[in-house]
Amino acid sequence: MPLLDVRDLRVEFPTRQGVLTALHDVDFTVDRGERLGIVGESGAGKSVAAFAILNLIGRPGRIAGGSILFEGQDLTRLSTHQMRRVRGDRISMIFQDPMMTLNPVLTIGTQMVETLKAHRRIGDAEARRIAITRLGEVKIPSPEKRLESYPHELSGGMRQRVVIAIALLTEPALIIADEPTTALDVTIQAEIMSLMLDLCKTHGVGLILITHDLAVVSQVTQRVVVLYAGRVVETGETARVVQDPVHPYTRGLLAALPGEGTPGARLNQIRGSMPPLTAVPEGCPFNPRCDFVEDRCRDALPALEDLDGHRVRCVRARDLASGVAA
Amino acid sequence: MSGTATTMTDPASTPARDRVLVEARAVRKVFDLGSHFLERTRREVKALNDVSIAVRRGESFCLVGESGCGKSTLARVIMGLLPPSSGEIHFDGTRIDGLRHKARRPFHRRMQMIFQNPYASLNPRRTVRQTLEEPLRFHLPELSDAEVRETVERVMVSVGNDPTWISRYPHEFSGGQRQRISIARALMVDPEFVVADEPISALDVSIQAQVLNVMMDARDQRDLTYLFITHDLSVVRHFGTRVGVMYLGSLCELATTQALFETPRHPYTRILLSAIPRVSTEEMKPPGLPGEVPSAMNLPSGCVFHDRCPLANARCSAEVPRPLAQDDGTLVACHAVEEGRG
Repeated sequence: MPLLDVRDLRVEFPTRQGVLTALHDVDFTVDRGERLGIVGESGAGKSVAAFAILNLIGRPGRIAGGSILFEGQDLTRLSTHQMRRVRGDRISMIFQDPMMTLNPVLTIGTQMVETLKAHRRIGDAEARRIAITRLGEVKIPSPEKRLESYPHELSGGMRQRVVIAIALLTEPALIIADEPTTALDVTIQAEIMSLMLDLCKTHGVGLILITHDLAVVSQVTQRVVVLYAGRVVETGETARVVQDPVHPYTRGLLAALPGEGTPGARLNQIRGSMPPLTAVPEGCPFNPRCDFVEDRCRDALPALEDLDGHRVRCVRARDLASGVAA
Repeated sequence: MSGTATTMTDPASTPARDRVLVEARAVRKVFDLGSHFLERTRREVKALNDVSIAVRRGESFCLVGESGCGKSTLARVIMGLLPPSSGEIHFDGTRIDGLRHKARRPFHRRMQMIFQNPYASLNPRRTVRQTLEEPLRFHLPELSDAEVRETVERVMVSVGNDPTWISRYPHEFSGGQRQRISIARALMVDPEFVVADEPISALDVSIQAQVLNVMMDARDQRDLTYLFITHDLSVVRHFGTRVGVMYLGSLCELATTQALFETPRHPYTRILLSAIPRVSTEEMKPPGLPGEVPSAMNLPSGCVFHDRCPLANARCSAEVPRPLAQDDGTLVACHAVEEGRG
């Protein structure tokens, strides 16, 4: 049984313009110790998926359907009280901006000790000892001293390390990281991502890495889910998806990366932009931007076609995979 | 490190087309933070330390480096948005730093800028038409209304925007569309030189490609010269002709794009290149860069990179390295490279 099994997840936000569906029938699983990437552009629904798992969708938004099985229980059916025992304990979350996550008026030590004591019956001394161990694991120099620091005294990279240390405090089974390195410089990004990769392996923690960066996903995760306008359009082993993408959107995203083409040549751009949720087209949501579009793409939503474990939501998935249409 | 201007102007051959259009000579920029009321010393941020670059006509010169390296400060000094603390800025043979308003005005028309965040750089209370017409009416008051309208329409089309959008307001557009409006604004007065400060960093991947294509088309059609500021080296590889790598207010390496990616020489450049995420099945590795960027208020002695450099020795902590030309014309400011260490 997978650690996390999300099935037919549907998230809706009622608005004055009607009900907006941010996620449609999204399925994915994470095994123990597995690293899954969720990729998409702004508005694709990747953060909504993370918030839904933690039951943090703000009102009036709601989970309108589907199930989220985690360690055998359905998180969508838990009471607020029961959910608190899971959130921040069995599942931790890391956000993009560490300054927003950390409390600016409390020392790192206070924040770490409080987090631990909220979830475990332990004393201050024991909590401090665990906090120091975790800070050491994220390679913060002289962790005892750092406990006395305030967040503003640390650099961006150090702050994000502290956030990772806090996420590891309760030895969770799953960490959800939402764009954890987007605000950081490349050398610090490489430092932090390789650290997270190591920690996931040594602690056997599952990871959901939410990002727009296909390159980072390819170097960190084992499987990937590509979201477009609230739907899974392609999913499979990361290596296979980035090397042989099938869905025209995934292909377009990879081809648009400037590192791939001939220097100086025009980049392969995807025309148009992702539709807002108020104006998702009929049929395949990608059809107005697709180079391979056919009449049937405008009529009905394609099903997720299973190509030997690599699933693609495209009516021409088989042609595209075998290279007939390319 | 005095008189570096001569060493920094590339010694490579200079045919007519490769004439230098914009030059920064030994620019320093110090921001005075004032003094603490209990302390005697004034606190200063040394944002640029003796930086010289020469941008040739028709090229896309890229400045790369991480947060706080001074790349945006240099761009602003060149554009005249900040006065240099010392050093000179030359545009097409004329020294332009320190020019008064009236004398500077013709240069404003010839140099334009595109900013990072299209949500902040467009006035939300002005229609696209008002935004685009203003630079034309200011710099070219002799144009008739019909000519202004025609120019606005032509430039909108050239950046891939629908000209019927001009009566709308910025909030009605997506990020990519807004950035194309910013580009259109910069192109309205037909400049020769455009500074683009992280113009695609705030955009989604599929939109980044669109905007880069628009910028490359404009370069080809209008014979533009770009100074492109970015932290994204894969964009540099695609877009740039030459690259300056900056660290903590100093220029480490200046090379053609090809030379930089094929044979990076400065230790910092090598680490920076190795840290770029690539679409690959190889797992991400730590870049091997110990510690953190020191504060620009308290610069390390000697080479600013020495306390994090894998090749540093005693000389590096004592003596500031001068940019020295290599066989292929690449300039590298590093004692280790000069001595052939590592």
